[in-house]
Amino acid sequence: MTKSLLLVGVGGQGTILVSKILSEGLLEEGYDVKMAEIHGMSQRGGSVTTQIRFGEKVYSPTVNKGDADVLVSFEKIEALRYIPMLKKNGTLIINEEEIWPLPVLAGLEEYPEGVMEEIKEKLDHIVSVDARKIAEEIGEPRSANIVMLGLMVKALGIDKIDWVSKIKHFLPERFHEANIKAFERGLSL
Amino acid sequence: MKKLLTGNEAIARGAYEAGCHVATAYPGTPSTEILENVSTYEEIYSEWSTNEKVAMEVAAGASIAGARSLVAMKHVGLNVAADPLYTIAYEGVNGGLVVITADEPGMHSSQNEQDNRLTAVHAKVALMEPSDSQECKDYIKKAFEISEEYDTPVLFKVTTRICHSKSPVELEDRVEVPIREYVKDTKKYIMVPAHSKIKHIQMEEERIPRLQEFSNTTELNKIEWNDRKIGIVTSGASYVHAKEVFGDTASYLKVGFSWPLPDEKFREFAAGVEKIYVIEENEPYMEKHIKAMGIECIGKEVFSVCGEINPQIIREAILGEKPEEGYSMDVIAPSRPPALCAGCPHRGIFYEMSKHKNKIHVTSDIGCYTLGAMEPLNVGDTVICMGAGISAGIGFDRVNRIAGREKKVFGVVGDSTFFHSGMTGLVDAVYNKSNMVTVILDNRITAMTGHQENPGTGKSISGVESPQIDLIALVKAIGIKDENLRVIDPYDMDANKEAVKAAIAAEEPFVIITKQPCALIKDVMKRRANLYSQVNQDKCRKCKTCLRIGCPAISMKDNVVSIDTTMCNGCEVCVQVCPFDAIESFGEEVK
Repeated sequence: MTKSLLLVGVGGQGTILVSKILSEGLLEEGYDVKMAEIHGMSQRGGSVTTQIRFGEKVYSPTVNKGDADVLVSFEKIEALRYIPMLKKNGTLIINEEEIWPLPVLAGLEEYPEGVMEEIKEKLDHIVSVDARKIAEEIGEPRSANIVMLGLMVKALGIDKIDWVSKIKHFLPERFHEANIKAFERGLSL
Repeated sequence: MKKLLTGNEAIARGAYEAGCHVATAYPGTPSTEILENVSTYEEIYSEWSTNEKVAMEVAAGASIAGARSLVAMKHVGLNVAADPLYTIAYEGVNGGLVVITADEPGMHSSQNEQDNRLTAVHAKVALMEPSDSQECKDYIKKAFEISEEYDTPVLFKVTTRICHSKSPVELEDRVEVPIREYVKDTKKYIMVPAHSKIKHIQMEEERIPRLQEFSNTTELNKIEWNDRKIGIVTSGASYVHAKEVFGDTASYLKVGFSWPLPDEKFREFAAGVEKIYVIEENEPYMEKHIKAMGIECIGKEVFSVCGEINPQIIREAILGEKPEEGYSMDVIAPSRPPALCAGCPHRGIFYEMSKHKNKIHVTSDIGCYTLGAMEPLNVGDTVICMGAGISAGIGFDRVNRIAGREKKVFGVVGDSTFFHSGMTGLVDAVYNKSNMVTVILDNRITAMTGHQENPGTGKSISGVESPQIDLIALVKAIGIKDENLRVIDPYDMDANKEAVKAAIAAEEPFVIITKQPCALIKDVMKRRANLYSQVNQDKCRKCKTCLRIGCPAISMKDNVVSIDTTMCNGCEVCVQVCPFDAIESFGEEVK
């Protein structure tokens, strides 16, 4: 069975790094893996999405509407934006961080209230976390993405793979300790 | 060993394994990472060229001199490089020459979605279309062989989904291909009419029929017989999407070598299946050809010419299957357009221009500063293509004068874009006595595509020191007088104000060069790491002036204006625009 994951966030949150770690781990485990990213102007604060599909044999890298088994959102309204991509009864993993887009900052649009309430009312399978807060507790705010990785690994039941060595492979040594902690925190939630 | 590679990484690996010696490019999404990856192989000379035309010509010269050469660009870059391509097609090659065009169906970060397969038809060059990363690598190696065997440049078409998707690739060793001997051959390499006439006839009578034969027989064009009720003719990323939907329940003709198209395979396939669907992104290129052969098929009757194709679109178009009912939300997410970063050096001059909206028109260009046209700055009347910020401004200014409009035209262009194709526009402005203002935003990097070096940065693609082209001397040499030139720090709002005011008053071509490096350059981030500004709440009158500069670090929540100090780099543009001195600066530069 091919599984489809959709990771969404804001430029700078490290969604692409998480996607890379995840894809490499899945490949090593023997899955066929395809990963697609759209990041054209993401460094300028736009939305970033990556799609990962894995299984015995995967052809297309593209995740379609209503097709994602797991939607991982690194920001609240990005979850709102991409929930239509989630399969009925699919799982949403959500970081409850708010990052205001420019039209909101400039007072042209409003950041909606009651996002979590709306999501919780509509969806059955939600894992929500304040990854930024956990990362700050660890002392490395930028490891919030790796907290999310831990959550994903747990939700997908792929915790047999040696993720720690993958994290080490993709991150400079000085970040290893904090990020391994972040991963374990995510895994334990 | 299998490794997960993007299409771009796989193309670079293929060039390495194929014994490529020279690779050139101008950055452009989604092609940029091809050369970035090629440049990691020291066996290949790599360069960021000034523009795609230069890149194509450098590669063509290298090919004639005997080396396997590669040139990469985004789809619109091929328009810039069209001039050399159409004639090198006549000349042919010595060392293999592969031209990569990275097309953008769906326009994730491009100004159009032209289908460059049609360029292959027009230029009469062999065309290849891989479907995933493994094929990117395999096809590149094959492309060099085809180029040398058939004495033709090969156009290699990929798309965003292929460039930026990762899939497993089997790595192999590099095979050294010696640089071929160069033998002077004026009839082949000097395209004057007498020689071109002969070359064109040779092309039509010898090369193209040979390529046609190759297309009909090569395994790059492959029939997969399965159930024969539905036959699918497809290429590129559409192939994997179609396989995802139909698996082994349909037959496929996968076209990997697509100019000339494989007529005989089309006939064979048509004879073996009940109904043919042509699944291809953008133009009905294969479909029209197949229909012209008198073969019935269905294509754009059920697929759009616009945008990308994906499995869901195929399911709906051919099987009539609607997507599964997913979740729909009642709360609407506000849009999240890309924006100029906190500390972006473009912000100050754009804010200054925004204050003169009723006095100026702004012809903008391709780069981060295109984002200056977004709210709340809203500065920009036109964006067409690389270089048009200046040249379109010349035409705009001329008509303003003819029509008696009392408005000044500001053309905005980045440093890399100025070198790419802005310089010729500025020469035109001086030569033809335009009254326009050219604003060159020198942030010392090619920023939008992810920080590539350019002729103004003093470094080559591999980070080696290079001579730095002196923008100021260049602008003066073109003929801009000292009194019509301002070189300013765009973080200094008084300087922005004076420059824009002087520019509006000028009656000759005027240039403003803003000098401040991109806030995301690593050294800049390090140097400014401890700098930040904060709102003094006792002084803040909630006038919202600071919100109008469009900085993502500044927000107003519950009627309190605050600055995200982790994002802020202390550029102090907000400090200067605040009418109540309510924003204060802190920290020191890291030396």
